[in-house]
Formats: sequence, structure tokens, C-alpha cells
Amino acid sequence: MGKTIAEKIFAAHLRDTPTPENVILDIDVVMCHEITTPIAITDLEARGMDRVFDTTKIKAVIDHVTPAKDSKTAMQGKIIRDWARRHKIQDFFDIGANGVCHALFPEKGFVRPGYTVIMGDSHTCTHGAFGAFAAGVGTTDLEVGILKGVCSFRTPETMKITITGALQDGVSAKDVILFIIKKLTVNGATDKIMEFSGPVVEAMSMEARMTLCNMAIEAGGTCGICLPDRVTAKYLWPFIKDQYESIDLAVEDFFQWHSDPDATYVQEMTLDVSTLVPQVTFGYKPDEVKDVTEMEGTPVDQVYIGSCTNGRIEDLRSAARILKGKKIAANVRGILSPATPKVYSQALEEGLIAIFMEAGFCVTNPTCGACLGMSNGVLADGEICASTTNRNFNGRMGKGGIVHLMSPLTAAATAVQGHITDPRKLL
Amino acid sequence: MKEFGGKALFLDRNDINTDEIIPAKYLTENTKLALQPYILEDLKLGGFNPRKDIEGKGVIVTRANFGCGSSREHAVWVFEVNDINVVIAESFARIFRQNMYNCGMLAIELPKKDIETIFSLGDAVTISVDLTGCTITAQGDKKVAILFKLNEFDKKLVEAGGWLAYADKNY
Repeated sequence: MGKTIAEKIFAAHLRDTPTPENVILDIDVVMCHEITTPIAITDLEARGMDRVFDTTKIKAVIDHVTPAKDSKTAMQGKIIRDWARRHKIQDFFDIGANGVCHALFPEKGFVRPGYTVIMGDSHTCTHGAFGAFAAGVGTTDLEVGILKGVCSFRTPETMKITITGALQDGVSAKDVILFIIKKLTVNGATDKIMEFSGPVVEAMSMEARMTLCNMAIEAGGTCGICLPDRVTAKYLWPFIKDQYESIDLAVEDFFQWHSDPDATYVQEMTLDVSTLVPQVTFGYKPDEVKDVTEMEGTPVDQVYIGSCTNGRIEDLRSAARILKGKKIAANVRGILSPATPKVYSQALEEGLIAIFMEAGFCVTNPTCGACLGMSNGVLADGEICASTTNRNFNGRMGKGGIVHLMSPLTAAATAVQGHITDPRKLL
Repeated sequence: MKEFGGKALFLDRNDINTDEIIPAKYLTENTKLALQPYILEDLKLGGFNPRKDIEGKGVIVTRANFGCGSSREHAVWVFEVNDINVVIAESFARIFRQNMYNCGMLAIELPKKDIETIFSLGDAVTISVDLTGCTITAQGDKKVAILFKLNEFDKKLVEAGGWLAYADKNY
């Protein structure tokens, strides 16, 4: 019987099967940030278990609140920094080199097809874009990951989502995933792996695939996953060129992970996105999604472009396409947080930062920033933000604030007009 | 093994997320106990008053997809430090459910009709959980006994006192 990509990855990493429903997997990459890791570190210390299973397989970053905003966040940074130094973890990214984990770690080539990845962060599902199994976990799973290099999962069940047709100009991966979440609802994929395939996914860049997989968790999914191909191999080439003689051979090798034609899925869904229009959320759940045309005219106080969902170079390029030569509305505060130092410097070189600044945007350092209301860009009670992030939960960006999720194109158009706007009008 | 049960706190809504259980701004705390006052602070539920309504409660009874959103284990710890060690729901988000068992606490899934039954017992309901017999006893306006399914591995985690202890012994 054929296997799905997730089943192949599970089989290749199987450490134990404590019951027929549960598996223990060996983990290739354990990622850490300064919000969920410090408690794991202090707990391991208190238990006399301050060890790491493999320093080369642990990647750490300070990204949520950086630079530190107060004594507590400074202490979180200090705990993870001291720990990384103590254990000689080479891949630790501190201020000056840090950026949003799910944008930074892929840029560094840390995730490869067939890998297993965990992190104490729910948007770890992003890394499935590389044909890896990547899942968000809590602090206890993280502790065991750091200590033993294993993690427990239920036996995988996969949902196949085939995306067909062609996206019209002004419509992006963000709109596709918002539309899928609307269809599935916020728990439609709980305990399932969401395998994205079809011509639209094949035509997507790695950045777009990361946007797609990033929000799998918003439908409850354990992981979003794309089949690794030439696009994957080209993105990873600087990191794998010593391993393969040519990109063709890498692509051929990646094919081992592809789902078999006779693989079993618990659910299959085909979406033709040719007529899809830009999507925007309303309310407090990421499945509360409408066509932009139904939301037009909703006034906003702030526009935020950034995050692990949409803070990559392509996202900045698409927003700048709308903002070029324009000013944002007087009633709007525009904030851009490039996701990584590389994205930032590339945007500077390409003249994108100048476009944002001339339009009236404030540009912050790479950080998770306003997305979860922990550091900068917090909303006041009753304020509304048009945001390229991933969650519109009550209070997410500040108590009493309201968040509308959308693509960078829609956010840029909204900034210019001062209210939610269909970006296709400004292209 | 520790006792599981207590007075029930009813949260009558689907999709209660981790940001509602413990807002992100409190994730800068470096101890579990420091989270205690902030439990369910941003919960959007008509008339709910976290400080008052939580007092003396040991079990949460709620609807579908409880604990969706972030991976923060703080959402489990904030219950633990408020002496709540059981959540009974129609369904859970994966990470929240796993975090509960990883901490040696119970996230019990029941069919919708059984959840309805517990909700119908009135405002003052006391719940006890028998892990050996996989039975919940709920005493309100009347007394009911409900069987539940417990994944064998999750049961082992509870018996071991959590995933760290289990993993340290086995791997």
C-alpha cells in the first residue's frame, strides 16, 4: 500500500511505537525562541538535567521581543543566550543577526525535505513548505526534544488539498490559505496533516509555500506540507551544493519523499482558485473570512506588514508595488517589520524600504512585533488593524483591538485608502 | 496517582483559544505561579468574570476545539496553578491536548450528547474522574456516570507524572 509524504517521514524517523495510535519520532531540528524556551531551560536546570542531545541540531533565536522592552523580556533573552553559550550552540541568532524564526531558519537552510522539526511555537508548520514534517509543540515537548531528540505524535492522517486553476493578479498564497481555512473551519484539520499539491502550489515560490503552510495551524492542522521539487532544490542549493552534483540530482533525490499515487488520505479536496478574489477576515477567528469586496470601506487605524506569514522579500515587493509613489492615508499608522536582516538589507538594495518610508510607513527591526501584541505596535481599545499576520483572536494585538487578516497587497491598498480596499483597483 | 476532579466551571462556547486563556503579554513571566491572576482574562463570553467565577473550581467543562491557537504551555500551567487539573470538552486542539497530558493533567473528550448532559445538571456540579474505570461522575441536580475513552499512551503519561519523566525513563 502506498504512503503519503508524512507517512514516509514518520517511517524514516520511528524510534518507538508505544501504542498503535502513538509514535515516538527522532527529531532532526529542534528550534527554540526566547518566549517558550527559557522556562524549559530553567526547569531542566532545576531537575539537574541541563543537557542538550546534539548541539548541531538545536537552532535558537531571540525574535519575539527584540530589543528587549523591559526587565522581564531582558531576562528571557539572557536565559536563552547564556544557555546557548553554555552548550556551545553555534546556530544562535541574537540582536543584529536575529529575525522571525520561521523566516530566518529557512533562509539559513536548516530545513530539508524529509526532516522532522519541532519548536515551541505553533507556526512551526511553516517549514512543511520544504517537504518536511514540522510541528508546533509545548514547552514540555521542547524540553524532551532538547534533552533526548525525540517527540511523540499520533499516527499521521493526511488531508490532501489539490489547488488547481491559476491565481489572478492581486491574489496570493495568503488569500488561498484564508479561503481554505474558511472552508475547513478552525478545527477542520485538527490532528491532520494538510498536504498541498496541484499546479498552483507547483507554480508557487518557496516564500508563497511558506505562507500557505504557515496558517495550517489556523485550521487545526498539525503541519502543512508541500512536495519538494525543483523550486525547493533551487532555494536550498547554496546549502546542498556539496551534497549533490546538480540541481537535477537533488530534485531526483527529493522525489523519494513524494506521496505515492495509491497513498491513503482521510479527506481529499480540490479547489479551483481561478475566480478567487482577495480574502479578509472579520470577527475573532481565522475562519471568519469574506471576499474583500464585502469588507471594503471598513476603516482602519493601523496597517501592519510583517510576521512569519508575510514578512518575506516577496511580500515586501508586492506591498511596494501598490505603495510606490503614493502616500498612506492620514488616519493610518503604517508599520513594516521585515522578517529577517537579509530581507531588510535586500529590501534596502531594491529600493523597497525607500518606497515604504516615502509612503509614510515606520520601518522596525526584524521581530515578531505587533503580531501578538507583546512588543511594539500594540492597539488601543477599540482600534482596528489591517494586518498580514496569522491570528485575529480577541486581544491578540492589544486588549480591545480588532485585527483583519489579509495579504500584503490588500494591506498596502488599505493603507493608501485608509479603509479596507480591494488591491486589484490599485494595480 | 493524584486525584482528578472538583467543582465544574462551565465555559459555554466553541473555539476558546490560548490567547483568551492567557494573553501573550503575560508570556514574559518566568515562573508558572506568576501566571495565576491572569487566567482566562481575555475570554469573550457574555457575563464571565474570571476572578469571581473561577474561585473554588477544579474542572472545566466546555464545547468544541478548546485550546486552539498558540502552542504556549502557559495555557495549561495557568490552570494548574489555579488548581484546575481536568478539562472536559467535545474536542481539543492538538497541541493543547498534548500539553495537558505532558503535564500529567487530563483533557477528556466526550461526545456532544454527554457534554450536553453535564451542562444540563445545573450551575453547581461536582465532577470526579476514575481513571481505572474511565468514568466521570457528575453530581448536580442529579447524578450521572459517563464513560470516556483514554488513549493508552496518554494514560501512561498521567501515571508517570508527565512526558519528561516518561521520556527520561524510556528514551
